[in-house]
Order: sequence, then C-alpha cells, then structure tokens
Amino acid sequence: MAGDTTVVGKSFEPFEYEVGREKIREYAHAVGETNPVHFDPQAAREAGFRAVVAPPMFAVVYCGGAMATALLDPAVGMNFAMVAHGGQEFAWSDLVYAGDTITTTASVRDISARDSLKFFVFDSVSVNQDGLEVVRGTWTNIERGV
Amino acid sequence: MDMRPGEQLPELRVTPDRYLPHRYAGASGDFNPIHIDPEAAKQVGLSSTILHGLYTMALVARANVAAAGGDPRALRRLAVEFRGMGFPEKEIVVRGTVRETSDGRVLIDTEAEQDGDRIVRNAVAELAG
Repeated sequence: MAGDTTVVGKSFEPFEYEVGREKIREYAHAVGETNPVHFDPQAAREAGFRAVVAPPMFAVVYCGGAMATALLDPAVGMNFAMVAHGGQEFAWSDLVYAGDTITTTASVRDISARDSLKFFVFDSVSVNQDGLEVVRGTWTNIERGV
Repeated sequence: MDMRPGEQLPELRVTPDRYLPHRYAGASGDFNPIHIDPEAAKQVGLSSTILHGLYTMALVARANVAAAGGDPRALRRLAVEFRGMGFPEKEIVVRGTVRETSDGRVLIDTEAEQDGDRIVRNAVAELAG
C-alpha cells in the first residue's frame, strides 16, 4: 500500500541553501514586510544585526528543497492530486541573515488516517553555518480519500 | 512588551492584488498551477486562482511581530491550521487575542479571515519580550 507507515522515522538527505540578500528582499516584498532590516544592510547594522535579516517565514524558502525531497519520496506515497497543506508550525531560534548557509534535514514524523482523511506529518530542523539551530518546522499535509 | 490576557492585537488588513500569487510563487518557489493559472484553478472547481496558505501564514506572522514592536526576534513560535482558501483581490484581516503571559513570554490566539471565512484558524503565536 502506498504511504506504508514503515516510512515513519525516515530521515532525508540534508539540503543546503545559501541565503542571498536579494532573495530576502524579494520574499519580504512579496509578503508585504516594511521593516528596513529586511531590505537595507545599513538599517540592519544600525539596528544591531550583522546583515539584512530574513523575515521569520522566510523559513519556507530555505526549507523548500529539503521538504520537496521528503514530500515527493515514493515510499511516503502521497497522492498529490488529493493533498492539501493542512497545518504548519515553526519554532525559531537564531535569526537568519543574508550570507548564511542553512542546512535543513527533513524526516517523517507520522502518517495516520481518520475517516477518509490521511495525515502526513513531517519534521524539519535547520541549522546555520556555525551549527546553530535556526528553526524547527512541523509540516502537516492532508490527503482526501478517493 | 506589556500585554495582558484578553487584550486584542492591532488588526492587520491586507488586500492582495491579482498578481500577488505570482510574486509569492517566485519568492517562495511554489509554482503549483492553482495559484497562478486561472484555467488550472477552474479545472479543479475554483472560481479563480487561490493564495498560497504559507503566504497567509506570513501575514499572521507579520501581525504578531508588529504587535511585539516589530523586532523579528520576538516571534518564537507560530502554529497554524489552514482551513479555507484565500483569494486575491479580497481583504484579509488578521486578528489576535492574548491568551496568557508568563516569564516574558506571551501566547496569542490568532487567525486570518477573508469574507467571513476563517482561512487560518486555531493559530497560536508565542512572542518573547
């Protein structure tokens, strides 16, 4: 059966993402951020930061590659035509800055069924180039039965 | 950060324009056609393209960071449920109410609503002073 629960606990290849200043700006603009620390290096330094600061939800950008690998794994077996993003959690530690290299490792936390719904829950842990944790994510996808 | 249980956060009101999902797709890397292709959206029974849930979550994050004074370090945790679809060209309102405070940490019950539909629900933000 697709989505066999023996895949629970599986951890995927870490994914490395280099954070560019222009990517932070592009993201911050798209979500309507206005704080200059997300756009202007000088404003960021004057506010006490070492470089342009990624908004918290920029986590979706640097986690993206790791999550794609996990979600698309045939052993996980999600039927994408029937899947919706049901829930999301992030717990932030250190900030992420332009110039950082963030390494994210995704894993399968749980697969469960309730009524005609199937729940796929993934964890992610992201660390920066100094080995400091920057964010933990919990990603819940819900597949509707056919 | 001086917040008391029951206190309401200032509302954040945003009306994403028609091309917002395109910009968010480029910024996030999520090019699922239901966000950017009206024909693909119609094929699955939607009246138009829909917003990315993680975009709406970013608005919830913004409202909570703003309530904490704008320092991006203030947002320690945010958990949300996506319970409806958001659409471009309609106003989204993000609200929040302080649930409890302890040891400099504030828990906020928060949600995003559009046209009476609570598209992000049961969300909890943790802020640090």
